[in-house]
Amino acid sequence: MLELRKDIFADERDDNLKEIGKPTQRQDMLGHVTATSTYFNDHKLQGMLHLKVLRSPHSHARIRRIDLSEAERHPGVRRIIRGADVPRNLNTLLSLINFGKDDEPTLAVDKVRYKGEPIVAVIADSQREAFEALAKIRVDYEPLPTVFDVEEAMKPGAPVVNETYPKNTFTYHDIYDHQKLRFGDVERGFAAADHILEQRYQMSPIEQAHTETNGSIAAPDTNGRYVVYTSTQALFFSLDTCAKILDVPSNTLHFIGGTVGGGFGGKVDTVTEPLSILGAMLTGRPVRYVIEREEEMIYCAPRGAERIYIKDGIARDGRILARQFRCFFDSGAYTRLSSYAVVKCAAHLPGPYTIPNVSADVYCVFTNRVPATAMRGFGVTAVDFAIECQMDKLAHLVGMDPMEFRLINAYRDGDMKAHRREAKNTALIECVQVAAEKAKWPIRDEFKRMSSRKDGGGARAAIPPTPREPIVVNRAPGQQRTTYDRPAPPAPEPLRSPPPPSPPSAPPAAQPSHGAIRFSSVFGARRR
Amino acid sequence: MAKTPLQFRHNGRDVAIFVDGGMNLLTALRDEVGDHSPKFGCGQGGCGCCTVLIDGEPALSCVTLAETVAGKSIQTADGLKTGPELHPLQTAFKENFAAQCGFCTPGMLMAAKALLDRNPDPSRVEVVEAISGNICRCTGYEPIINAILAAAARRAERRA
Amino acid sequence: MPVTVKTFANPTEAAAALSSDRSARYLGGGTLLMRALNEGDVSIATIVRLEDRSLTQVRASGARITIGAGVTLVQILRDRELSFLHASARLIGGPAVRTSATVGGNLFAPAPYGDLTVALLALDATVAVMSGYGARDIALEEFLSSRDRSPGALVLSVTCDRPATPEAFRFRKVARIKPKGASVLSIAASLPAVGGRVSNPRIAYGAMAPTAMRAKAAERALEGRTLDEAGVAAAVAAAAEGTAPATDAIASAWYRREVIGVHLRRLLLGQAG
Repeated sequence: MLELRKDIFADERDDNLKEIGKPTQRQDMLGHVTATSTYFNDHKLQGMLHLKVLRSPHSHARIRRIDLSEAERHPGVRRIIRGADVPRNLNTLLSLINFGKDDEPTLAVDKVRYKGEPIVAVIADSQREAFEALAKIRVDYEPLPTVFDVEEAMKPGAPVVNETYPKNTFTYHDIYDHQKLRFGDVERGFAAADHILEQRYQMSPIEQAHTETNGSIAAPDTNGRYVVYTSTQALFFSLDTCAKILDVPSNTLHFIGGTVGGGFGGKVDTVTEPLSILGAMLTGRPVRYVIEREEEMIYCAPRGAERIYIKDGIARDGRILARQFRCFFDSGAYTRLSSYAVVKCAAHLPGPYTIPNVSADVYCVFTNRVPATAMRGFGVTAVDFAIECQMDKLAHLVGMDPMEFRLINAYRDGDMKAHRREAKNTALIECVQVAAEKAKWPIRDEFKRMSSRKDGGGARAAIPPTPREPIVVNRAPGQQRTTYDRPAPPAPEPLRSPPPPSPPSAPPAAQPSHGAIRFSSVFGARRR
Repeated sequence: MAKTPLQFRHNGRDVAIFVDGGMNLLTALRDEVGDHSPKFGCGQGGCGCCTVLIDGEPALSCVTLAETVAGKSIQTADGLKTGPELHPLQTAFKENFAAQCGFCTPGMLMAAKALLDRNPDPSRVEVVEAISGNICRCTGYEPIINAILAAAARRAERRA
Repeated sequence: MPVTVKTFANPTEAAAALSSDRSARYLGGGTLLMRALNEGDVSIATIVRLEDRSLTQVRASGARITIGAGVTLVQILRDRELSFLHASARLIGGPAVRTSATVGGNLFAPAPYGDLTVALLALDATVAVMSGYGARDIALEEFLSSRDRSPGALVLSVTCDRPATPEAFRFRKVARIKPKGASVLSIAASLPAVGGRVSNPRIAYGAMAPTAMRAKAAERALEGRTLDEAGVAAAVAAAAEGTAPATDAIASAWYRREVIGVHLRRLLLGQAG
């Protein structure tokens, strides 16, 4: 049963709370046990059509020709949608907050970049007829060289996966190919260390495997609007993404979410709605697009694999003096949320420990794999696995107990974190102490007496001198205009002499954008 | 497409529908009868979300040819209540927090009902075996197992 | 083409329908066929059903037992005469799968599935097959090697040995998920004993080849031996001979070859898995 350790941070507790600390029944529990909770597919609409997509069998190929003639004539087929039918056929999920360039088509046109990429969508009276029509589509492919390894993808001469990012890395602030963290001087830390440990950690992609697959039903509704029942985890995100892709005002769309049969990050990508809505628009009928189980497991986005190199310098008394990361996130063929995952990773380093010298370079890399997206703490979970394995190995290296080793290095209130913010409300020490107690893992008395609120700050609150590195500019600065932005202001008159180049870090002023102000952490610029 | 008439008993009522050749029972129940309680999770008979009872035996409606249930008695989660009263299993699931997203719940309830109807006092091992064909991605199974044992215990109390 | 369902009352007509139509498939329990239809296999356009009571009968009077192809796994589990098959039947699917999965269907299950077939192979099973030429009995081993090349064949029943004693027939399934999960491997062993020594052993493996297979090298090495550490050593050493396991989502070929001897040894010595 649940045990609340009220003795810890007792003076900070407030036990007059109405909900916290008390069991509360889910508001939808009665619906679940009576099977009246409504999922997207629990709607029967009159005259509903069924949509299935044709997926690329190649990881990387040029599309030479698509022959739909036989398929279009197949009984029961109402409409086949191609890339040319999609009003705005290039998008990236986070363009809604001006983060990243449009790089992914809804339906592939000239090239496929991962095995399973959708090429055309067949809409038919029945699922069986849709499958039969799919079997009659002929596509001529010209296979291209592939790259599946993140470090191989970054080498000069590697196949270009996604022309929007020709060096196979996502671009931050228009010019950087990675996220960078620098605090102190790791080389001096390594020089002062008694031991060095350098390790490589490799994750696999992980499938969310929600019991309900992705899907949506879109139907023409009153007053020229479309109603959309969807499994998405991100209702407003999906609505705005569809408004952009379909080039309609967002109030054309009425999204109805509700109970999601498990998401875990696998339903944030606006997977099926653009096509089901476009299908409803083109046929004038309700259209249902449900992802099949095998489709879901193989071709829908997993959490991306991460390759993490950690190099630590450690003193023989157990203090970590310097920690250096190089991380490569496998985004697959398109960005989706991996750009953001990298930011989250960089923000999480070096873990809940006070280390005087920290350096990290974190890359979002494109390969010919299924595009990656969110899953259960994406950006953080994997790097934590690497960090904690590393902590165990370091403890072993200096002959210390792994719990005590963590207690020595744990951050405490008042310490300066690598991101130049003061650590507040830390609790790693207490967590380790309770874990040791529960596991009956003996730790010495002096470690049982440690506290997050003691011995922090002071010299540990200082920001150490941090050498500057030359900025490597990969390309000229610029702000890509997305089709979602309002029209640009009229171009100024040409000047006689060229104006001075604008500084790389300042975004162009007075450009209307959508919601950019709220997500300052993504841009790294604080707006206080 | 040629349609085949199909009559069977559904949660105690006689129903008559038309099915396409090859239609599975899950699609027939959801799209033709209008019973959305069994769910589509895989179409492979692997996840158990589509579990219904056919003549009292647990069956996977997604891999059952609809026509084969002609004249048989089908029970789904939609039919568990008696009037407005919850079935003891439904009450037990509620009280033991045995659902989060709820998608596996109708199938779990029917697998549990199949067990308790035949074996009113199962051991924990027997409960685990009874739901071994049902996948849950949210709860970790323990609350579901506890709920089924609690429902069995409460029934035993009532009979005593 | 839309799917058509044809139901017959006698096997000859059903077999004729299967062999005359390349898009026809036979519906046993449905776990294989309906899955294929659900996933969009458009090569199937006709479903052939047979409503013949003999298919669900068990004839257990003699030394050999005949089980109709339509007998379900739950039917096997509720029949005390078939208790020697309970160990394998109980570990297939979940309860709902066992309600409809049939003995005949299990013969067609692709590796790593088909654990009942492994048991039958170790019990010297023959298969009664109805084809265009009429009904005939063929050895299960022969049936398995040709099953993918003769889609029109209709299985009517399976006949196998009745083990002399419960200890004379052993079955083990190795799976990551318990109580049921797809096999890493499975082993069935018929071990009749004469004077304390194994006589005419039959050992069958599942998930160690494209179909269930006999471990003939291990069988030869076990002939005439006692079931103790020394007696089984040669058979265990030969355990992986002749195997060709696949690498799939459950396990790698390397791993299966590495552990087959470990599990065979535990089975022969009667040790827990």
